Amino acid sequence: MAEMVSLTIDGLKIHAPAGTTILEAATDANIYIPHLCSNEELAPYGACRLCMVEITQGERARLVASCIFEVADGLEVKTNTERVLNVRRLVIELLLARNNKHPALRKIADELGVKETRFPIEQKGCILCGQCVRTCREVVGVSAIGFSGRGITRKVATPFMESPPDCIACGSCVYVCPVQFIPMKEENGVRTIMKYDYPMQKCRKCGQYFAPKKQLEYFSKITNLPLEHFETCVDCR
Amino acid sequence: MKKVKTAQELKSLQEEIKNSRDPEKPCITICAGTGCLTYGSQKLVDNFRSEIEKQNLKGKVEVRASGCHGFCERGPLVVINPQNIFYQRVGLDDAEEIIKETVLNGQIIDRLLYVDPVTQEKILHEDEIPFYKRQMRLVFGMNGNIDPNSLEDYLAIGGYNALIKVLNGMEPEAIIEEIKTAGLRGRGGGGFSMGLKWEATRKAPGLPKYIICNADEGDPGAYMDRSLLEGNPYSILEGMLIGAYAIGSDTGYIYVRNEYPLAVKNITIAVEKARELGILGKDILGSGFDFDVLIVRGGGAFVCGEETALIASIEGRSGEPRAKYVFPSERGLYNKPTNINNVETWANVPLIINKGAEWYRSIGTENSKGTKIFALVGKINNTGLVEVPMGITLREIVYDIGGGIPKGRKFKAVQVGGPSGGCIPESHLDLQVDFDALSKVGSMMGSGGMIVMDDRTCMVDVALYFLKFLEEESCGKCTPCREGVHQMRLILERITEGNGKEEDLKTIEWMGKAIIDGSLCGLGGTAPNPVLSTLRYFRDEYEAHIKEKRCPAGVCKALITYTIDPELCTGCMVCAKICPVEAATGEKKEVHTIDQDKCIKCGACFESCKFDAVKVS
Amino acid sequence: MKTRVKKIIDKYHNDKGFLVPILQDVQKEYNYLNREALNLVSAFLEVPISQLYELGTFYKAFSLKPRGRHEMKLCTGTACHVRGVPLMKDNIERILQIQAGETTPDLEFTFETVNCLGACALGPILVVDGEYHGNLSISKTNRILKKLGKKVKIDEES
Repeated sequence: MAEMVSLTIDGLKIHAPAGTTILEAATDANIYIPHLCSNEELAPYGACRLCMVEITQGERARLVASCIFEVADGLEVKTNTERVLNVRRLVIELLLARNNKHPALRKIADELGVKETRFPIEQKGCILCGQCVRTCREVVGVSAIGFSGRGITRKVATPFMESPPDCIACGSCVYVCPVQFIPMKEENGVRTIMKYDYPMQKCRKCGQYFAPKKQLEYFSKITNLPLEHFETCVDCR
Repeated sequence: MKKVKTAQELKSLQEEIKNSRDPEKPCITICAGTGCLTYGSQKLVDNFRSEIEKQNLKGKVEVRASGCHGFCERGPLVVINPQNIFYQRVGLDDAEEIIKETVLNGQIIDRLLYVDPVTQEKILHEDEIPFYKRQMRLVFGMNGNIDPNSLEDYLAIGGYNALIKVLNGMEPEAIIEEIKTAGLRGRGGGGFSMGLKWEATRKAPGLPKYIICNADEGDPGAYMDRSLLEGNPYSILEGMLIGAYAIGSDTGYIYVRNEYPLAVKNITIAVEKARELGILGKDILGSGFDFDVLIVRGGGAFVCGEETALIASIEGRSGEPRAKYVFPSERGLYNKPTNINNVETWANVPLIINKGAEWYRSIGTENSKGTKIFALVGKINNTGLVEVPMGITLREIVYDIGGGIPKGRKFKAVQVGGPSGGCIPESHLDLQVDFDALSKVGSMMGSGGMIVMDDRTCMVDVALYFLKFLEEESCGKCTPCREGVHQMRLILERITEGNGKEEDLKTIEWMGKAIIDGSLCGLGGTAPNPVLSTLRYFRDEYEAHIKEKRCPAGVCKALITYTIDPELCTGCMVCAKICPVEAATGEKKEVHTIDQDKCIKCGACFESCKFDAVKVS
Repeated sequence: MKTRVKKIIDKYHNDKGFLVPILQDVQKEYNYLNREALNLVSAFLEVPISQLYELGTFYKAFSLKPRGRHEMKLCTGTACHVRGVPLMKDNIERILQIQAGETTPDLEFTFETVNCLGACALGPILVVDGEYHGNLSISKTNRILKKLGKKVKIDEES
């Protein structure tokens, strides 16, 4: 059992295990902090900056990303100061310039009283939270996609902007995207992610398409079991 | 060189080298820092060497190619010892004459002497020149006394004395205490206490521990770290050795900008020679202390000057910073305790160990001790590197050392601290420069770039310049920096194009605060500074661009026109010849005109007119 | 190519920690980050190709496209900026008909800007194939480009 620490969030006294982040502790206590890049399956990242909170430790008050900063005894957290709200308003206005349509972003904007962004709409769609890239690397373990460029030219990218050789077509990147930016469809035994096609495997027993061939090959490779072993769907096993 | 096995052996070697050198032997030192090399000083070195051969003076006259002397404006520089005669703007073919006249006959060559622009007096000795006189060259001054590729030279000036002292029985804790007491603060930007950083790394659990020398000097307009690496690499190694010993580290990294080929070369040679001598490697000087250094060349990303991004880069990833809620001293390179300090900070260490913390503390102000090297550049007469005690005023730096503004123009501002710094106006010229005073006026020490601006510098354009720089250098990880700086740049661009709106200034100020509060690392956290500080002191210039669609300094292309003053035009046709779009036209010996519809405002006519007839308005 | 890439990797003892320097050496060897070489680095060091692509596009020192025969680097450090380098940048871009960071289609010129070369006393500075040209002016850029074979109007007297 982890050691428990006590802290206050918005005046509320809270106990949380050492090592948890402020965001996790707040969520457990039903205190809402908006966030877009944090995902409990992934290592703390702290990129979107929506989850900023103001903390006081000793005399100094400062802003930290609640998805990274860990709870500590005696920590005072405020989730709604004017300084915090200003950062969130800026962040959401900046993100709206990249994507002013998605309901998830509109909802956060509404909560912050932001009706529209004052910046020119660039409508890039992707908000660069990096969940897809990090999931592919940390959870799936294949690193088929990454980022390219830097700064404002940063993009989620496949190597050389071509069909990614390491992709196993698992679709995890699609599922984690908070703004559904990565398209995926399945038709006639072919799964298409972004614009790349991946053939599906038919179950050896029921004959239904059930998983991308590349994914099964990957399973076979990492488990050292013969490919046939994976060519039957879960229902038929 | 033979390997030395004990501190005693190293001391004897040092003595031996010192005794073998005759201080009265003539020595010609040629500055071969990057600045002087650009003037062609390598050729000069070669010419001196072949002239020495020709005149059978080998062994009788020493020729030394040293690192940067700092007075880049007047290069190529040559110093002749033992008389300490200082020649500047030396021609590449002057070698023969200097040897014949000055070295052999003791005659001074008048035209190569520095002339004080104020008194018109010719100055003979290096240390009498106003540029040097007001400086305190504790760290940087040794550059002129050594050939950076010669370990013997470094030993001859007492090099590695501090290492010997440390290994001769100073406890690691005592070393850390000494550095703490000295009050040495990081010279790379943050200004954090070096001693405290060492202590935290020493105490942090986990092995191995790493130390890193941050030589990814990315601030445009600052080059003191390069000059130290190029000119005196051994002192940096000595500082690192002492730090590693105090911290308990056996591996060090030097992360150096790849744009600095000479620095890479010189530090690589220095490391190899130190290994040969046995002061890097296993069981250094028989103390049981192991330490070696690896050199990593950077990939060209300003953000890698940030500690955590630098670590990511050494680990083979792109330079993305991570939140520093846990310091690198606890979890740094490969998640091990890591100490990072920049070049200049490391170079201060041997000095403190040799002369003592109390001596060091006596220099500087209450909370900023020692000296700082500044790169004094831009619209200034004496461009160069200057090392001054903390607490000196900006006015002394700009006017006494820097010699004021060229062409008698008016000082407008000095931008201190690189892209994260701020512009300081004339009203603050008497500010005593130290870490705290600079922050108080909205600037920062940073790595010590000082860019002087005159009345022909547009402050909105300068702010836009820094924003463009930071937009390009942002890693793109966090939203406020990536998107915020980009949007702010667009607003500023609009203003310089004459399309600014009155509410823009309010928006910029609001954004600036939120970007500072919200960004992940120091790059975004300071990115708005150049904008906010120019807005604080030069709001009227912004307003002129927005309300009157006018660029008072005559810089912003969209807001200026080039015209020809008929009174001054002689009809020499130079502008017509050079104009790439045939906008400037006219007959010979007749007044020329510029067709505004054709003009692309390239500035070629303005630059080439010998009669100042082309006007910007 | 395999042995050439292997030789570079061996120099760094197969250490993934030296990925950036390894790629620098690969670029030096092939004048750019050639795709086949990157695939070899990926295979030898067991580093995902996506990571190499990321590095190749993140760091300014790398180029994924072949570079020009002549390399022109214009310093756009602050000191050079206040001494008027933007006008010279525009001039070079206009003459070469490419933007900074690009290579001419005939692979003759690669024109780039660099942040600071640390030779501020001589600013503005242009480095052409390793040779430094200090105290740059618009007419000086014209003369340099003319020497390299571009058709440029220059004023012969200056």
